[in-house]
Amino acid sequence: MFQLISNLRQLNLERSLIYFGFLGIFLFFAVVLHDDGFLTTRNLTNIVLQTAPITVMAIGLVFVLSAGEIDLSFGSTVAVSALTAAVAMQNSTMIVGVLVGLGAGIAIGAFNGVLVAYFRLPSFLVTLATMGLFAGIARSFTNLRSIPVINDSFTGFFGSGKLFMVPSLVIWTIVAVFIGHIIYRNTRFGAHVLAVGDNARAAQVSGIKVPRIKFAVLVLCGGMAGLAGLLYAGRLQAAKYTLGETDLMTVIAAVIVGGTALYGGKGTVIGALFGSLLMGMLNNGLILMGLAVSDQMIVRGIIILVAVSVSLRGSRY
Amino acid sequence: MTTSEPALMLRNIHKTFGGLVAIQDFSLDLFPGSVVALVGDNGAGKSTLVKIISGVHRPTSGEIRLDGKTVKFTDASSARSLGIEVVYQDLALADEQPVYMNLFLGRELTKKPFGLLDKEGMRRASQALVDDLNVRIPSAASTIRDLSGGQRQGIAIARATHWARKLVLLDEPTAALGVAETARVEDLVRSLRKRDLAILIISHSLDQVFRLADRVCVLRRGEQVGIRETRHTDQNEIISMITGVR
Ligand SMILES: Nc1ncnc2c1ncn2[C@@H]1O[C@H](COP(=O)(O)OP(=O)(O)OP(=O)(O)O)[C@@H](O)[C@H]1O
Ligand SMILES: [Mg+2]
Repeated sequence: MFQLISNLRQLNLERSLIYFGFLGIFLFFAVVLHDDGFLTTRNLTNIVLQTAPITVMAIGLVFVLSAGEIDLSFGSTVAVSALTAAVAMQNSTMIVGVLVGLGAGIAIGAFNGVLVAYFRLPSFLVTLATMGLFAGIARSFTNLRSIPVINDSFTGFFGSGKLFMVPSLVIWTIVAVFIGHIIYRNTRFGAHVLAVGDNARAAQVSGIKVPRIKFAVLVLCGGMAGLAGLLYAGRLQAAKYTLGETDLMTVIAAVIVGGTALYGGKGTVIGALFGSLLMGMLNNGLILMGLAVSDQMIVRGIIILVAVSVSLRGSRY
Repeated sequence: MTTSEPALMLRNIHKTFGGLVAIQDFSLDLFPGSVVALVGDNGAGKSTLVKIISGVHRPTSGEIRLDGKTVKFTDASSARSLGIEVVYQDLALADEQPVYMNLFLGRELTKKPFGLLDKEGMRRASQALVDDLNVRIPSAASTIRDLSGGQRQGIAIARATHWARKLVLLDEPTAALGVAETARVEDLVRSLRKRDLAILIISHSLDQVFRLADRVCVLRRGEQVGIRETRHTDQNEIISMITGVR
């Protein structure tokens, strides 16, 4: 009985770490940056808006990590998706642009998925290679040029628009987190993803099609990166090969800090949302503090290192 | 000896891994309500045979008949759907998941109208099952990682017990257990026999073999040395069959 109680305590502490960390850093910035406008509605809204693509990618990555795989290529997928959508919309409708952008993401995810699930190559190496491959394709596709997005319904839907006073990027965030959470926690697919990442052999002898699950999570992650690309293109009203370029570390940090295990079997979508918001807040706060870009990178790197090691402490890795 | 039809017939099973002969020319009948023990030294091929019957490995040649009909298992789920359950040597549990998700692994309950997981239903059914089988765990919602070796073994056996319709294969189910837990597992095996299931149990403990089994089948380096009725043999004979020393 005593052991049970101590187990419960440990579990709760481990799970709620992200929320304490989030609150702590929020309060820190709220006090230190009080006169620099950190707490204004405008600034806080901005953090959420800027974080939307990060959150969307983080949800995809939660599934991939939970299945015991990794995706390093989603940053490049973002650029490909945004660029193909932007080019498609130059002489076509928003619908076509959305389908092309999402389709590009899903296709890249499927490419990764086939190599990992059916050719049995390690996802780390496959997606390391496709990260470079698709970053190169994104660059050569438009000769490093930026492509403007002037389709008003698109920029409204994926960027600056509002529904009942709520910014569309906030709605995208809420919808993605809600659906992602339900699929992760309350469907057979979610349970199978966790089982595959936890003990692939046990999953296999229990009749779960392990390769199919691995394929599916990589497709899902590609699709989410595609959506993130659309959100970037919508908010910035342009697409460029640099989109998503620096998001890899941010998203991985957000997911791990949020409480998802690096090697599978355990994770949380809600935690990933707060991890993303934490990363966005950090970005925002360090800029408001007036740090030079190089100093921001150093401080952010150190904070992420501390946060990741704290959240991995006590778990089996 | 029962007079009924065999639930499972194995005929001339061969299995090779690359150049290694793991099983050669193995034949055995398993009857409902009867326990057969499979014994042999480490690496004799016992686990391989279990994996062939459960569909994890396919035999290189030979025939498997279930209720007289020839079957070809393509994977573990096809054997399961025919009523064959296995307690694997490594237990095949997902450590970070709760007990109830493990008991329903691959066969999760869902509820209408959205087809979402019926976690409460699975938890309740699991609690009833472990209570019924006297597996003592904190609760059906406990995470496997937090359980002791004996409790994990209990969960793996409970899962097989719950789903088995025809045949239960147990690969060293008491290897990691204390005296009391071992006795409880042996009681479970006897209750499975009373339910008229066919049982194949692998064990390195000859005392246990003689307590539980109706027949003993001996493997030595992939070769089937012989089958004896426990009533008509003793430990010395079995030991000499296992080691090949007369
Ligand atoms: N998947 C595999 N690939 C190649 N060789 C294998 C494989 N599985 C088992 N073997 C080999 O087949 C032989 C029989 O192994 P098996 O696991 O069936 O032994 P066992 O009788 O269960 O032994 P133990 O008592 O130690 O559990 C061993 O030599 C083993 O190395
Ligand atoms: Mg074995």
